[in-house]
Amino acid sequence: MAYADAAHDHGHDAHAHHPSGIMRWVQTTNHKDIGTLYLIFSLTMFFVGGMLAFGIRAELFQPGLQFWRPEFFNELTTMHGLIMVFGAIMPAFVGFANWQIPMMIGAPDMAFARMNNWSFWLLPPAATLLVVSFFVPGGAPAAGWTIYAPLSTQMGPGMDLGIFALHIMGASSIMGSINIVTTILNMRAPGMTLMKMPLFVWTWLITAYLLIAVMPVLAGAITMVLTDRHFGTNFFNAAGGGDPVMFQHIFWFFGHPEVYIMILPAFGIVSQVIPAFARKPLFGYASMVYATSSIAILSFIVWAHHMFTTGMPAAGQLFFMFATMLIAVPTGVKVFNWIATMWKGSMTFETPMLFAVGFIFVFSMGGFTGLILAITPVDIQLQDTYYVVAHFHYVLVAGSLFAIFAGTYFWLPKWTGHMYDETLGKWHFWLSMIFFNLTFFPMHFLGLAGMPRRIPDYAMQFADFNMIASIGAFGFGLSQLLFVLGVVKCARGAGAKAPDKPWEGADTLEWTLSSPPPYHSFETPPVVK
Amino acid sequence: MPDYRNLTPPNSGRLLAAESSHWIRMHDRLAAAVAHARNPGAASDRLYRNEFNAPLESSMISKWIERFAVAAAVAGTVVPAFAADSKYNLPPPQTIIAQEIYDLHTLIFVICCVIFVVVFGAMTYSIIMHRKSVGHKAEQFHENTTVEIIWTIVPFLILIGMAIPAAKTIIAMKDTSNPDLTIKVTGYQWKWGYDYLQEGVSFYSSLATPREMITDNSPAGYEKRKGYANYLLEVDNPVVVPVGKKVRVILTANDVIHAWWVPALGIKQDAIPGFVRDTWFKADKAGVYRGQCAELCGKEHGFMPIVVEAVEPEKYAVWLNEQKKKTAANAAASGSMDPKAVYEKYCVACHGAGVAGAPKLGDKAAWEPRIKQGPETLYKHALEGFKAMPPKGGATDLPDALIKATVDYLAAAAK
Repeated sequence: MAYADAAHDHGHDAHAHHPSGIMRWVQTTNHKDIGTLYLIFSLTMFFVGGMLAFGIRAELFQPGLQFWRPEFFNELTTMHGLIMVFGAIMPAFVGFANWQIPMMIGAPDMAFARMNNWSFWLLPPAATLLVVSFFVPGGAPAAGWTIYAPLSTQMGPGMDLGIFALHIMGASSIMGSINIVTTILNMRAPGMTLMKMPLFVWTWLITAYLLIAVMPVLAGAITMVLTDRHFGTNFFNAAGGGDPVMFQHIFWFFGHPEVYIMILPAFGIVSQVIPAFARKPLFGYASMVYATSSIAILSFIVWAHHMFTTGMPAAGQLFFMFATMLIAVPTGVKVFNWIATMWKGSMTFETPMLFAVGFIFVFSMGGFTGLILAITPVDIQLQDTYYVVAHFHYVLVAGSLFAIFAGTYFWLPKWTGHMYDETLGKWHFWLSMIFFNLTFFPMHFLGLAGMPRRIPDYAMQFADFNMIASIGAFGFGLSQLLFVLGVVKCARGAGAKAPDKPWEGADTLEWTLSSPPPYHSFETPPVVK
Repeated sequence: MPDYRNLTPPNSGRLLAAESSHWIRMHDRLAAAVAHARNPGAASDRLYRNEFNAPLESSMISKWIERFAVAAAVAGTVVPAFAADSKYNLPPPQTIIAQEIYDLHTLIFVICCVIFVVVFGAMTYSIIMHRKSVGHKAEQFHENTTVEIIWTIVPFLILIGMAIPAAKTIIAMKDTSNPDLTIKVTGYQWKWGYDYLQEGVSFYSSLATPREMITDNSPAGYEKRKGYANYLLEVDNPVVVPVGKKVRVILTANDVIHAWWVPALGIKQDAIPGFVRDTWFKADKAGVYRGQCAELCGKEHGFMPIVVEAVEPEKYAVWLNEQKKKTAANAAASGSMDPKAVYEKYCVACHGAGVAGAPKLGDKAAWEPRIKQGPETLYKHALEGFKAMPPKGGATDLPDALIKATVDYLAAAAK
């Protein structure tokens, strides 16, 4: 890539004698190289998960069983979820963290450069295990991405591969998080106090703590499933005195913070993009930091709202309902602050801004349905229906993924030294936005009208909206090829040469570096006033 | 909570119902319910509501909520119009609880819509007015503690307004006391078992749609599915309940977690192996209410529907009589099974070939250490399951005595 050449130009770069070719990428300890690897890995997994989604939507295009056996359909939904969550969204944000955090805090690199290499290179074997599970007897895990016991104890060896993959990915996440926390706390430029850090750095600091707290919990849950499966334990086997509901408690104690792990860095990206294109400082910086922290803390006491139908006592339902509703307050504060940042600005709408504004708009719809689902009696009606599918795709696709797109277009000129194709970017945004809503908006109706999720075939009254959703899904998937085209063109240097600071309103430290930045971002720390 | 649904023009429901007549043909009996759903005027309904609302009626907060809800409902008359057709909204509620859920959803949905319009109205205004291309110069303000406090407190108050009615419904949903009838529901991979506990009636209920109907991929097959009433939502043996009686449903499962869900009755409860959960409903009107398993339970998860038929008490009595006779006949049939027949029907699957470490019939070496543990241990393992052995070897509907006799039979064969 171009910045490597730039590094060679710097005769004084003492550490520039890195290997070339494939070994450069295998051995790299450079935060930018590793960031690039994470982003490429995530993009690959995004398309693998997308192919599985095509399989799901093809089967659901019409009533009846057209393409798959029901058990293979369950494999598709399970693996789509696992791959998108652990293979696409999470690594993409770690890629952003690697690229941006050192540059935004004025550091030369990440704190633990070798561990950084190791945390990335754990991912390809884990992803391989996941994909290989399709080809073992019994097929891939088919118990849903939540792998609820005791259904998950019934699966074939594919489930073991899935469990090992999650273990490895969890280890990778924990190491990545330790690295991020250490970097942020120890390597900030002189004068950059915590409350002067860019919001993206703040959201990642909080996210990293969440990861360190909950990934071991997931590891515990899946290890217990593993020993139940093979070593005669009865953690979740009622016949042996175990408790199937306990799995759900443990899983969601991980699972709910996990939801915020996937959205807080997105909040961070949007909080960088909006001020840059509104040409106006972020409104309510301090309250944004407090809101992010509140969301993170609340995320530990709301897990059982995923379990309202398991039949917990009224006191439990009331507590988890109230706690869940509370999350709407800091989330609302964030949305209000973004809009106040836009208010009386001088806005332009390049692709990053389009995706950021689109994010606020569509993510908020997911937030509203989240509030509706927080109301226990309503949730009991909607739990495990397509309403929930619509809800979490509004926050994960229109939320996390759109923010990832916004961030990519925002920083691509810095990363590659070239401008991306603006026309292509705008097409990508509008097609994504339209097809996204075409796919997922009708799912609200499906869920309300009573269509359960994770079913390969459905009653006739659901036929129309399923057909619309399938058309939307294929359109959405194909639109993403424009993204690949745009990124590849940009990386190959097809666009105009990017200035150091291509965005008028951007003011964080990375824009003081050259585009592309030198191999070691800041050899002499900048002084922040 | 005010009955703001009455603000809807009386004919709006019918307009949409007519538009979607082909769906109503599918749900012929439900259609009758749709027509009545708009005026749930039963005396018991009103009584119940007053009981629960009375203590809060006087508080300032609930007055405020009422005003807000009425305003919101007026602003959103389009919403109830949508609501008449079950294609866009929750199905027409048939129980008090389903009605409360329906109203809660409408209330919160309308509040969300109002907030959405206000917040994104502001954003849209800003997007149009505050852009560089129209020459707007950026101001540099970036802090205002007063507005921050306002937009923290106001949402908090709105949330309290939502939480109060929701909490009341939660408590009502949990009140399974004093039922007229108790039905035990057991989830199996992949069918439902029903036991009328006081009546001694038991039966299984499985999908009735033929497999060829589901898998026929010819164009003719698709046309056939389209014309097929209650595709995937019909069963061989529906649950029959009397109208107007409080039915307590207690749930468990035999293998993995299932969920028993009938939307129109406002019930969804997981059926969990090894645990017993309960919930309740009282169908106000006669009709057929359909639902599905709502918790992923393996490959046939999409093919284990639930059908509840609410009938007049006289018809229920007739049905019950028939079922008692059938159950008695079934019991006689299983009572006539001897241990050998049980072995040949159930145990042989594993104990015939020695699957998963199961000791084979007549294998002295394998049985000896087990027999040494004493018959009580063997009975316990057989009844409750042990390692790979499921409880009762999977024959959960057989009486304990017969299982014990079968254990004796297996043990004797190894002596």
